[in-house]
Amino acid sequence: MLQTQTPAHFAGRESSTQTDATEQASLARMLAPSGERLPNAELDPWVAELDAAAIGALYQDMAIIRRLDAEGTALQRQGQIALWPPLLGQEAAQIGSARALRSDDFVFSSYREMGVVWARGVRPSQLNRVWRGVTASGWDPYEAHMAPLQVIIGAQTLHATGYALGIQNDGADAAAVAYFGDGATSQGDVNEAMVFAASFQTPVVFFCQNNHWAISEPVGLQANRPIADRAPGFGIPSMRVDGNDVLAVLAATRIALDRARTGGGPSFIEAVTYRMGPHTTADDPRKYRDPAELELWAGRDPLARVEAFLRNQGAFTAQFEQQVAEATDAAAAEVRAETIAIPDPDPMELFDHVYAEPHTGLARERSDYLRYLSQFEDPAAPGQPQQAGQTGGAR
Amino acid sequence: MTVMTLAGAINAGLRAALAADPKTLLMGEDIGALGGVYRVTDGLQAEFGPRRVVDTPLAESGILGTAVGLGYRGYRPVVEIQFDGFIYPAFDQIVSQVSRTHARTRGAVTLPITIRVPFGGGIGSAEHHSESPEAYFAHTPGLRVISPSTPQDAFTMIQQAIACPDPVLFFEPKRRYHVKGEVDVERPLADAAPMGGAHVVVAGSDVTLLAYGPLVATATDAATAARAEGISIEVIDLRSLAPLDLDTLAASVQKTGRLVVTHEAPGFGGLGAEIVASLTERCFDYLEHAPVRVTGFGVPYPPAKLERHYLPDLDRILDGVDRALGRLGAAAAPTVPARGAEVAQ
Repeated sequence: MLQTQTPAHFAGRESSTQTDATEQASLARMLAPSGERLPNAELDPWVAELDAAAIGALYQDMAIIRRLDAEGTALQRQGQIALWPPLLGQEAAQIGSARALRSDDFVFSSYREMGVVWARGVRPSQLNRVWRGVTASGWDPYEAHMAPLQVIIGAQTLHATGYALGIQNDGADAAAVAYFGDGATSQGDVNEAMVFAASFQTPVVFFCQNNHWAISEPVGLQANRPIADRAPGFGIPSMRVDGNDVLAVLAATRIALDRARTGGGPSFIEAVTYRMGPHTTADDPRKYRDPAELELWAGRDPLARVEAFLRNQGAFTAQFEQQVAEATDAAAAEVRAETIAIPDPDPMELFDHVYAEPHTGLARERSDYLRYLSQFEDPAAPGQPQQAGQTGGAR
Repeated sequence: MTVMTLAGAINAGLRAALAADPKTLLMGEDIGALGGVYRVTDGLQAEFGPRRVVDTPLAESGILGTAVGLGYRGYRPVVEIQFDGFIYPAFDQIVSQVSRTHARTRGAVTLPITIRVPFGGGIGSAEHHSESPEAYFAHTPGLRVISPSTPQDAFTMIQQAIACPDPVLFFEPKRRYHVKGEVDVERPLADAAPMGGAHVVVAGSDVTLLAYGPLVATATDAATAARAEGISIEVIDLRSLAPLDLDTLAASVQKTGRLVVTHEAPGFGGLGAEIVASLTERCFDYLEHAPVRVTGFGVPYPPAKLERHYLPDLDRILDGVDRALGRLGAAAAPTVPARGAEVAQ
């Protein structure tokens, strides 16, 4: 006969379901959705130096990436890029964490982290080179201290762990940061990364943006319990933070980075946020998502609460508003003009950089194709390029 | 010259590479205190310390993914996959990450990762310990795939693989680990034959016989046996499986007009298929007979009591040579391909 009650020594099934209310209640938070500053003894010291101007700068970052995100969707609709994965709703999680980093820290991200790309000083149109389909990487990883966007789910968490092992071997005090989503936490690579990081005590920060959706799959399908609860099982301390609260995210990331820099080993942050848009421009969330949930999260907007906080401080002035509007308009105009002007790559770029040293097999294919192309007056003529927007979606 | 086993020669090559570059490090399961299940890394952790010779958790994807990150940081990881059949959990990291990071970053990042894989059968081992997965990797752009067959090559080629800025799969013929041979440990690496070059082991004029890794010795024995019957076989050790040294191979086929390729891996979609196709394209007018493949079968690697039927041995290779010489007639021609042919029915 099946036992209906779990014996006490098989503990761990207690909180198998999470309601929105219990989830929200579990989050470390410094700014309420109303803009009220909530004292938090653990986090407060880590952002104590931030004055209204510094918080205003975080707001401006978030406003800019929100606008760049809208431009990304528009450019996709206009056929200028093939695909766009919107970050709407995740601005605080990305800016709060990325602004905690030093330039010599190294980021290994997934594909939705345009806000992190922005914070690493990469020109947004460099990123758009990827989505336009002219290159697999829009920037030099060693200039930005950020690897190219990773499309294989969770693979980059191991890269961050290995990089951190290198930092440790070098005796440096930098850190590596892995960005990934709630869906990725089901991947073996993410779990292996936590095993390696814990065993070697590498200076790595696992930054999980739990945006509640992996394309159409709700987070409950990936995680029966809070994701942050897994890390301690690996021996990695974790914190569950309101991912729509830029101050709390910044503080939590600073704590994790400080641990990494001072020999404390890996940390895990679960930033609980929400993907307000579709998975990508190829997705239709109306097929699987309750609009009431969207409405609920619209009331937790990461920008609105900073605006309310600054207003309460008397810092959200007309002048500041004007400054932010000008900065966002300029960024939008720039990314549009630069993206539209990105030329198609030369066909022979196909063969570049596959190997660092000459490769006889590829050299043969290259010269064969060169011969073939030489028959055309216009080398770009054979195999008409696909219209942007026809390609499918990264997951 | 020093006499060494093939395993000992790899060990000596690893030691030389560790000594030459502080950024080189070894990673794998049981490679530290134990020195690896085949003792290929014996003594290296004691000599270079646990940060240079790293025992890892038991997760192959984790090992390769961590090696990618170390590569980003400027390290030169040499990874041991304990057995051929254990490489598949790492397949995604190898194919989706290791192989294409250089291309993905438009040349900004090089990943000089060497992946050592003891491979092949003939040792009477348990399941997943006798596989020949080299074709998967030879098929993948961005990887180089090599396999030594002698202690000298093992010593030289492991160092060349580690020095190479591209990721290299280094397939070690595990049933030849204990074969002894002379190794010139003094010769500078720069003076050695290039990593990608094939090597004519036995010169001959009637048939070209191509082999690599564990079957080079078998092919050489076949040439000796055939010589007694007045057949002159030219045996070539591919050494590099990707890229192939087609110039050397084609020169031989143009001379002999007959081609036999042998490997332990299944024939369908195997390296033999690629080699036969490439050499037929190049040497069509020189061929006196259809090329012949002598390979493992399209079956999961069999239990130990059956592997002597599965593995190409001296007699099966000589049977293939006879076929290439047209000696067995149509009745003996194998019905190929074994798989896929039924689709048309």
